[in-house]
Amino acid sequence: MGKTIAEKILSVKAGKDVLPGEIIVAKVDLALVQDGTGPLTVEVFDKFGFKKVKPSKSVLFIDHAAPSPRKELSNAHNILRDFSKRTDAMVSDVGEGVSHQIMAERYVKPGDLLVGADSHTCTGGALGAFSTGMGSTDLALAFGLGKVWLKVPETFLFNLKGKLPKGVYSKDIILHIIGKIGADGATYKAMEFTGEVLNQLTQEARLTISNMAVEAGAKVGLIPTDETTREYLKMRGREEDFSEIKADPDAKYEKVFDIDVSSLEPVVSFPHTVDNTRTIKEAEGIKVDQVFLGSCTNGRIEDLRIAASILKGKKKNKDLRLIIVPASKEVYLQALKEGLLEIFVEAGGTVMAPGCGPCVGVHEGVLGDGEKVLSTQNRNFLGRMGNPKGEIYLASPATAAATAIEGVITDPRKYLG
Amino acid sequence: MILKGKVWKFGDDISTDHIAPGRYFHLRTNLPELAKHVLEDAREDFASKVQKGDIIVARRNFGLGSSREHAPRIIKLAGVSAIIANSFARIFYRNAVNIGLPLIEIKEVDNIDEGDVLEIDLQNGIVRNTTKNEEYRFIPMPKFMLDVIGEGGIENYIQKYGDYKL
Repeated sequence: MGKTIAEKILSVKAGKDVLPGEIIVAKVDLALVQDGTGPLTVEVFDKFGFKKVKPSKSVLFIDHAAPSPRKELSNAHNILRDFSKRTDAMVSDVGEGVSHQIMAERYVKPGDLLVGADSHTCTGGALGAFSTGMGSTDLALAFGLGKVWLKVPETFLFNLKGKLPKGVYSKDIILHIIGKIGADGATYKAMEFTGEVLNQLTQEARLTISNMAVEAGAKVGLIPTDETTREYLKMRGREEDFSEIKADPDAKYEKVFDIDVSSLEPVVSFPHTVDNTRTIKEAEGIKVDQVFLGSCTNGRIEDLRIAASILKGKKKNKDLRLIIVPASKEVYLQALKEGLLEIFVEAGGTVMAPGCGPCVGVHEGVLGDGEKVLSTQNRNFLGRMGNPKGEIYLASPATAAATAIEGVITDPRKYLG
Repeated sequence: MILKGKVWKFGDDISTDHIAPGRYFHLRTNLPELAKHVLEDAREDFASKVQKGDIIVARRNFGLGSSREHAPRIIKLAGVSAIIANSFARIFYRNAVNIGLPLIEIKEVDNIDEGDVLEIDLQNGIVRNTTKNEEYRFIPMPKFMLDVIGEGGIENYIQKYGDYKL
């Protein structure tokens, strides 16, 4: 019987043919925790009496509150640094950036099983890896035993058809899909993406789609690998990491969704759930107090280029704050070389250190009471950005840049010539 | 295993940000302190009034969002014995199993009111509403998950068996 991408990878990692619904034990290739979830992993790892980490790459990311805004978190960071010294796990420290971006740039390869104590670990699915989020205790076991228990998911196939219009990006596609199927529309399932639209998307744009699979409740967001994937790895000196990962032609899908992108318009998610989506026409004119460009969803170089092309030579609206956070050091340096950071700062923006930035509500742009933010991040839950009296709107980097100029939510297409 | 407790009702889409808000990120290494704020953004008085053994009953997609295991941990630490909902978000479900907090999916959550007393039979898949004299059936968890819950969580389970026993 034919297999979906999820079933193929899990069969290899379990060392046997697996079926959807089955509970298996699978070998872990890559494992990550971050500064919010990692200290609890360390505590559990120590209780088990494990000494060294088993997966070939085990990484402790200090990205959620980096640099630390308060002493409790500085101490939490030191728990991870000390753990690294005694267990062979690597630390990715302040200034390096968001876990999911760094995993994509340096470590994830097609066919890998990557588990992370961070829900957006699903980002790695864009490189053809079974990449999924779980909890701190799971990661203690993944570190210590080199394997995890998993229920093999059924797969929903999303066939992306048509031609992506100007001013509409992969962020708009995934927000549209989540709006259509709901924030629990793919709960416990694997999402797999296919279709002619993939050829119109760069590897970076694909990472945005996989990143948000969890916002539909999914376990993974898998994209088959191709020449675009190979090129992305090659540019980073990792061409040997490439392999072809795709579903069998006779794979069984629980549901198939046809998504025609040709008539899509920029999408905005309204507070307080990601599936509360509207077209840009319904959002235009809403006054915002802050714009955040960044995160593991949209803090890549391509995102910064799109925003900079709109902001070049212009000023942000005087009544809002514009915060820019490159997702990684690599992105930061490239943006520096290309003059993008200069454009942002000249426009009145504030560029912060690579990391999660204000997305998690810990620092670097916590909302005031009654304030609204338009953000390129993945999540707009009540209180997400540190204040339950704030409101979060989600959109693409282009919409964010246009909104920063006008001070109200703005259709980016008017700035795209 | 039979669990018995009084009901607290919640709605749809209770996220991990409602349960363990990001503004208390610095308390994640201090779970008893964090537990004082459990579910604060859904119901401000919950943490101060919840009693040992109480049961949370919610609607769709309980626990959506972040992977923070602190969310089910502080619910358990606050004394909650089980959560019943129409559905749960995946990572929350997994974390709850791993820490030994039983989760039950039933259709009839709207039949249950705040303050009702429930009895839950995990092995046989029955929720008895002793206040309303009703019964709701559910499909019991797979054996592996019941075994983990039975041991009080995966920590005890692995200490006992040394590995996953499927």
